[in-house]
Amino acid sequence: MSVEAREARQPWILLSPALTAVALLLFVPLLFIVVYSFWLRTATGADQVGFFLDNWREALSDAFYRDILLYTLKIGVITTVVCALMGYPAAYFIARSKGNKAILLLLLMLPFWISYIIRTMSWINILGVSGALNSTLLAIGLIDEPIQMLYNQATVVLGLVHFLLPFMVLNVYVSLEGIDASLEDAACSLGATRWNSFVEVTLPLSLPGLAAGGLLCFVLGCGTYITPLVLGGPTDAMFANLVYEAIITQLDWPLGSALSLMLLAVLGALVLIYNKYLGMAQLMKGLG
Amino acid sequence: MSAVTLTDIVKRFGSFTALHQTSLEIPEGNFVTLLGPSGCGKTTTLRMIAGLLDPTEGEIKIKGKRMNDVPIHKRNLGLVFQNYALFPHKTVAENIAFGLKYRGVSKADAEEKVKTALDLVQLPHVGDRYPKALSGGQQQRIALARAIVIEPDVLLLDEPLSALDANLREDMRVELKRIQHRIGVTTVFVTHDQSEALALSDHVVVMSNGRVEQIGAPEEVYNTPASEFVASFLGTSNILPAQCLDLDGTEVSLDVPDLGRLSIPKSRAPKLDRKGPVKFVVRAEKVTLSTDGSASQDGITTKGTIEAVDYQGQAARYFVRVGAHQMQVINMIDQHPFAEGDTVSVHLRGRDCTALPGNQE
Repeated sequence: MSVEAREARQPWILLSPALTAVALLLFVPLLFIVVYSFWLRTATGADQVGFFLDNWREALSDAFYRDILLYTLKIGVITTVVCALMGYPAAYFIARSKGNKAILLLLLMLPFWISYIIRTMSWINILGVSGALNSTLLAIGLIDEPIQMLYNQATVVLGLVHFLLPFMVLNVYVSLEGIDASLEDAACSLGATRWNSFVEVTLPLSLPGLAAGGLLCFVLGCGTYITPLVLGGPTDAMFANLVYEAIITQLDWPLGSALSLMLLAVLGALVLIYNKYLGMAQLMKGLG
Repeated sequence: MSAVTLTDIVKRFGSFTALHQTSLEIPEGNFVTLLGPSGCGKTTTLRMIAGLLDPTEGEIKIKGKRMNDVPIHKRNLGLVFQNYALFPHKTVAENIAFGLKYRGVSKADAEEKVKTALDLVQLPHVGDRYPKALSGGQQQRIALARAIVIEPDVLLLDEPLSALDANLREDMRVELKRIQHRIGVTTVFVTHDQSEALALSDHVVVMSNGRVEQIGAPEEVYNTPASEFVASFLGTSNILPAQCLDLDGTEVSLDVPDLGRLSIPKSRAPKLDRKGPVKFVVRAEKVTLSTDGSASQDGITTKGTIEAVDYQGQAARYFVRVGAHQMQVINMIDQHPFAEGDTVSVHLRGRDCTALPGNQE
């Protein structure tokens, strides 16, 4: 075999373990889901194999699903914006701090060592009727009876922010780290204040990280069902909760499959649009 | 009036003193180079003038005004970095116009100034390109254009040539000198490269370990080093222990072991104040080697053996054994370089040599 042929093959050989895993664990199951979505669940509870469009008709035409989908996207957007506003300053602080970066990054990673479900449940101990916050307020006499703080939209967003913030911080941090610190010095020497130089130089150059972090937060936020399940009220169900409901509770795999594919399609389309207008390629143009 | 005055400046980082008490005056329109190895405090000094670092003690004045508490963006300085520090998301023209925006220059005027600056650095057609599309040398020219377009009181250059290839570096050196001459801006240049310092400067400030070793015109620091450090840092010098026999007249009489007795002009040894042990300094290129043993009238001639040859094309560097010492000699090559093992005549003249006070401790 020629050297060129060997070199051409090499990337594929190196990629093959990963490609195998992705194919077997992602594409094949996804294919099953696609097939399932055209089956039909009969009144007896058995799935009828075939090519039925009933699930899709229901998923696409029922206003209930549409409303929850829009609500899910809204929660996703709110969460992403909150994460960006809270995460950017934190990332900036870590990137610009001297010496103790490793410890700060470790602290940022620390929550990942605890299960996401447990982290979500921990809010019940904090905000619940007999939780830490209520107990404290009762003890110091600020309130006479516990306040119901849990199970609403705000706690769902809170839980999602808690879950997603590290992703935002890490993405922004990485892009800030890649920016040469002398750029800000150069801007200041030319007459820009620290704030001007941040707005004119650092912020635009860190947008790829902000965009990547935002995308990650949005997609993960929109796809979650645990947070609304644990911290949301009856009206706070997000789209993934419907999928969970259909598949786990009602054992209606065909409908669940159609719904999950619908969510996948919507999020996929949004990612494509996002990438086209706000994506890396656009932002990196000047960086050649 | 001095463009920049540093008075008793000290900079400490924790317990480490990066710059010991230093005073420095930089005259208006001068090109001053801070020269020294890394860690000598030259960049620290520059960053304090720029306002990127606060001095621990002392006062910084620019054009007679105290600058210690003036933030960098109000100092009106042009700053050029080693890594260019061009804004990658802005075009070349936007980069150059950046500082003009904060000076209330109208759009039309700014355009005109950007054009003039691009002409000055001889890159008139790159205005709408992005920095990444330019070569390193071109990027550094743009960085220079960006720094001078704001008509700064002082231009600060932090090793601006060290990221460039050797050939390009020499071209840029000439270019830099031309531009500085043309606009006459007071310039502080930081480098560890002695040839840059000697070629560009009106004054060279040689620094080592956070202290100024010598300040003087390039010729002065080169020919009359004030310390052993300066002698060995600038060029290749032979530093030999010697005895000062007499320093009462216009000449200083020395006895250099293995070389012999030699008189050097008093002006070449201004620091000598007593007889006794001194350090005799002669530059490698001031020693001549020859095959014939013809003794000349002035200076001393002795025998040596070539131990190693470092061929450099037009010249060669020889390591010559003279008695107990190995001397370095750089000579132009006449037809063929000497070969290892050759016995040669080593000749040097008193007026090419200097002497420094020996270790008194």
